[in-house]
Amino acid sequence: MHAPVSWLRELADVPADATGADVAAALVRVGLEEEGLHGGDVRGPLVVGRVLEATDEPQRNGKVIRWCSVDVGQNGQMLTEGRHQEIVCGAHNFAVGDLVVCVLPGGVLPGGFEIGARKTYGHLSNGMICSARELGLGDDHEGIIVLQELLGGQATVDLKPGDDAIALLGLGDEVVEVNVTPDRGYCLSLRGIAREYALSTGVAFRDPADLSVRTGEGTRVAEPPVGAQSPVRPYAVHLRDQAPLAGRAGCDRYIARVVRGVDVGAASPAWMQKRLTQVGMRPISLAVDVTNYVMMLLGQPLHAFDLDTLSGSVGTRRARPGERLTTLDGVERRLDPEDLLVVDGSDTPLAVAGVMGGASSEVSASTTNLLIEAAHFDPVSVARSARRHRLSTEASRRFERGVDPDVTAAAAQLAVDLLVGLGGGTADGVTDVDHRVPREPVDFDTQLPTRYVGLEYPRDEVVTTLRAIGCEVGGDGRVVSVLPPSWRPDLLDGPDLVEEVARVRGYDQIPSAVPPGLAGAGLTHGQRVRRLVATTLAQQGLVEVLTYPFVGPELFDRLGYPADDPRRRTVRLGNPLSEEAPLMRTSVLDTLVEALRRNVARGTRDCALYELGLVVAPREEQPAAPVPGIDDRPDDETLRLVLHAVPPQPRHVAFAATGDAEAGGPWGAARPVDAADAVAWARGVARALGLDLVVSAADRAPWHPGRCARLALADGTTVGHAGELHPKVTAALELPARTVAGELDVDVLVAATGSPVHARPLSTYPPAHTDVALVVPEEVPAAAVEAALREGAGGSLESVVLFDLYRGDQVPAAHRSLAYRLTFRADDRTMTTDEVSALRDRAVAAAARATGAVQR
Amino acid sequence: MSGPNTQYDPVEVAALDPAAIDRAVEDALAQIAAATTLDQLKAARTAHQGEKSPLALANREIGALPPSAKAEAGKRVGQARGRVGHALRERQEELEAERDARILVEETVDLTVRVPRRPLGARHPVSLVSERVEDIFVAMGWEIAEGPEIEAEWLNFDALNIAADHPARQEQDTFFVDPPGSGLVLRTHTSPVQVRTMLERRPPIYVLCPGKVFRTDDLDATHTPVFHQFEGLVVDEGITMAHLKGTLDAFVQRLFGAGVETRLRPNYFPFTEPSAEIDCRCWVCGGSGTLGGVRCRTCGGTGWIELGGSGMVNQRVLRAAGVDPGRYTGFAFGLGIERSLMLRHNVADMHDIVEGDVRFSRQFGMEI
Repeated sequence: MHAPVSWLRELADVPADATGADVAAALVRVGLEEEGLHGGDVRGPLVVGRVLEATDEPQRNGKVIRWCSVDVGQNGQMLTEGRHQEIVCGAHNFAVGDLVVCVLPGGVLPGGFEIGARKTYGHLSNGMICSARELGLGDDHEGIIVLQELLGGQATVDLKPGDDAIALLGLGDEVVEVNVTPDRGYCLSLRGIAREYALSTGVAFRDPADLSVRTGEGTRVAEPPVGAQSPVRPYAVHLRDQAPLAGRAGCDRYIARVVRGVDVGAASPAWMQKRLTQVGMRPISLAVDVTNYVMMLLGQPLHAFDLDTLSGSVGTRRARPGERLTTLDGVERRLDPEDLLVVDGSDTPLAVAGVMGGASSEVSASTTNLLIEAAHFDPVSVARSARRHRLSTEASRRFERGVDPDVTAAAAQLAVDLLVGLGGGTADGVTDVDHRVPREPVDFDTQLPTRYVGLEYPRDEVVTTLRAIGCEVGGDGRVVSVLPPSWRPDLLDGPDLVEEVARVRGYDQIPSAVPPGLAGAGLTHGQRVRRLVATTLAQQGLVEVLTYPFVGPELFDRLGYPADDPRRRTVRLGNPLSEEAPLMRTSVLDTLVEALRRNVARGTRDCALYELGLVVAPREEQPAAPVPGIDDRPDDETLRLVLHAVPPQPRHVAFAATGDAEAGGPWGAARPVDAADAVAWARGVARALGLDLVVSAADRAPWHPGRCARLALADGTTVGHAGELHPKVTAALELPARTVAGELDVDVLVAATGSPVHARPLSTYPPAHTDVALVVPEEVPAAAVEAALREGAGGSLESVVLFDLYRGDQVPAAHRSLAYRLTFRADDRTMTTDEVSALRDRAVAAAARATGAVQR
Repeated sequence: MSGPNTQYDPVEVAALDPAAIDRAVEDALAQIAAATTLDQLKAARTAHQGEKSPLALANREIGALPPSAKAEAGKRVGQARGRVGHALRERQEELEAERDARILVEETVDLTVRVPRRPLGARHPVSLVSERVEDIFVAMGWEIAEGPEIEAEWLNFDALNIAADHPARQEQDTFFVDPPGSGLVLRTHTSPVQVRTMLERRPPIYVLCPGKVFRTDDLDATHTPVFHQFEGLVVDEGITMAHLKGTLDAFVQRLFGAGVETRLRPNYFPFTEPSAEIDCRCWVCGGSGTLGGVRCRTCGGTGWIELGGSGMVNQRVLRAAGVDPGRYTGFAFGLGIERSLMLRHNVADMHDIVEGDVRFSRQFGMEI
């Protein structure tokens, strides 16, 4: 909302020396956030000039410039050289004798644009003749300002060359822009902002709604008689609502005023145009400008209908299924039975109530008779219609946030007065249909502010403040009865009133005190595990990233998921950022691969990334979540249904890498990252948590079928997979060949850890080593051989290390030889060679049984 | 070991001639001094200390002497052997020291050659800031609560007093989950975690809810549709706005530096009443708005930095979560992690934070 300081001065006693910044600061104190400060940055000399001579001079570039001599009074060249101002001008929309606006050397235009004498097109141009846009008065840059046109002949009669144009055009005006929160609908008006300013600074407020209002002859008449329209009789209004929302009527007050014989084509006066421009609206025509002006002043949206397009009366009803209306923006809209409509006597839709008027009753150049509507519509009904039709208008924004239902008549009266005064019309009678339900007062404990804020607020101060914001306060006790003002529909309960008391004294008065706090349990096991997982991967050389969790459906094809892969089952967004990515990821790898691709594309050839985050794993049947009320805690069953409707979202960690694991250079050759690195990172993560993962061969998308490891807990629970990506996947994802990746379920790791490790005593007896070489078929995994050796060797085996792997002449085809060093150690003695040999033989025998291994 | 000399040969006894012994010592000392390598010294040792060296031969002769001559000859030969042995040891030490020094020189490696065997990785600074913030609150005795990112609409909106038709609900720029009526959204703030906490346990509650949140904003230099927040919630008996301010003051001092303070400004949020915007005195310009005569870029010259929203938990929110507002009051606040990161570390463009370029995270290491 824009508030011109000069306009504000009419409604509140703003001190003469208060700047825009002062006004903004006062508004900030009471909760209107400053969004900007506009205008007020023009510096003179900026004066009225009369064009004395204008010579057109064609230029070689095809342009025709005008070499002008302008009378600027006792200013500029007249003072220094004794002659009239000489200025080059590019525009041609003026003639000798016209009054124009000249900025002379030394002047500054909006945006800090400083003007000097400047050589151009063969002349020394001593300043500039200004356009509206150059002065920040609007968008018009077609030509320069001719004051007789801008202000009207009458207003310029007394102007003399040399008069100060800054004051004349209101360029010294500063406009404060504030952000109005949704609870403060009344601040979408100068009236509301002035009231807040007065509240903040303690100055007097003059209510612009406090004007002489013609009372409606139909006031508090439910259904005035239809028909019998004479020019002086009030216009018939029939309010109907077949389907009130939550029991509230769509319209509880409707004032209809008829003004006849208005010259609607006339331009609105310059002062009104200026104010509309200052608050960010474009002047259009008298009828439109008057309704907008009144809305900006009082916050009441008005609508002007061409009376002659209406059939006798006006009213409201809900739309019928399939009904259509072409709105003022030229869009044909399919109406919904929840839309409240304004209709005429023949039931023809005229407007979506409180949102936008229809084209058929639009005021046109030929309109002479107007029906002015000032109504109070239900905020929820307007909000839903505006949302449904994606039509957020100045009117709907105000109705949604609550319009003062007491300002309706004054707004209608002011509009009529302006139309009559400026457009030369005559006003008919007033129809005011008023179905408002009187508001109930709230019981308020005057000690509540102290209890909430932690600062002493005496009862007197509380009562005085509530009265200052417009409340009626009754009762002498600690608990008082408070009737909030009509323009504050947001004040519903005690804490609402506490905020008023606190903000008027000032939030800056609130002391600072640390709450007592608790002993505190620190981070949970899961939170500590996640930090350790992240740190371990970073210490292994990977870099953490955070990606957006949105994917497209074709990603699952690119990852090579089978048609029935549960990872294809996901959650779809109704309004995704991009239609290409409407789904939520089901693996972190889904989105991590794109980050890897981007890094490579940006020249990071060797790149290893990881991300920790949530994925979604919807249930096969995903029920909708109920939406209970909020007056109480939902019952346990409803709450269970709410929580159950939220799909499970396990936390995963994924990693992906490409390029070299170890760089090459003078020290030796590079080592490209490979599938074993991916497995090692996963094992590293588990080891940091005190777990040893069981690794087995797996065939799972998106990995290479021969280079994929399943990683499991000792009890067989899958933790995740790691390995090299399938060549088709790297091709489809435009990743470098041989990219490796892995994904682990962190929740599984969390669940598997957390109970204390039981330490074993260390044996101080010497270890005994013995080596075995076993020949096994190629398809036997090393892990199986190792497991068998461990099982066979028994409890005094300390470690098994694979130290050589051989394929070749010494072993049969399709076989390989695995050489292990077994280390034994007993807890209570030095083991003898014979003991060790016997255990080794048992280990070899076990490997032979389990895997067909033959000792070399 | 020679036995008694029974076949005494007077010719050989010449080896015990004092002059000859002196000569042998002179020869030995000269050769030892001339040795420049350990090998040459070894040759000298063999020549002058070995079995066939003149002094060894002389020593052997002593046994053949008559007892009267034995003592003197033994003394003379012993002294000679002692001198030679001493010279050998000294020279040995000198040459070994030279060799050791030479080896160390020869083994010199240019350690300024950077060998990037396996570089360390890095955490994402958003995670690091989040953890730092968590630690600040954990140190105050709070706990960290978390919840799902795909959330029930009721928990994200209704239970927070954001009614379906309230303009505040439209201002949240929500991602909705298909089909319409699913009752699910991508959470627009971590406030649903506050509601879940209140539903799950009884006051006193002191929790911080960090996490990822979603708004349908386009990515630009200062906005991202997916970002991170941390929200605090305290529900206890006797909690006031003064406690809110005290907590925020303590927090900003620990994150942004000693002496930094907060300012509360009236604002509106449906889930709090009274509500307040949190500003923090600019720690770069100290609140003056200028830095070396020019406008402070961190606060834009205002001296204050907007941090987020806060207020006393709306009693309607307490009621919906089953907390008795007659007995308990509470405060809540919410701040952005990306914004804190940008402010604290001069990050100029949001793109760098969200695009996953390793060069960004690598700037920070693992502690922030």
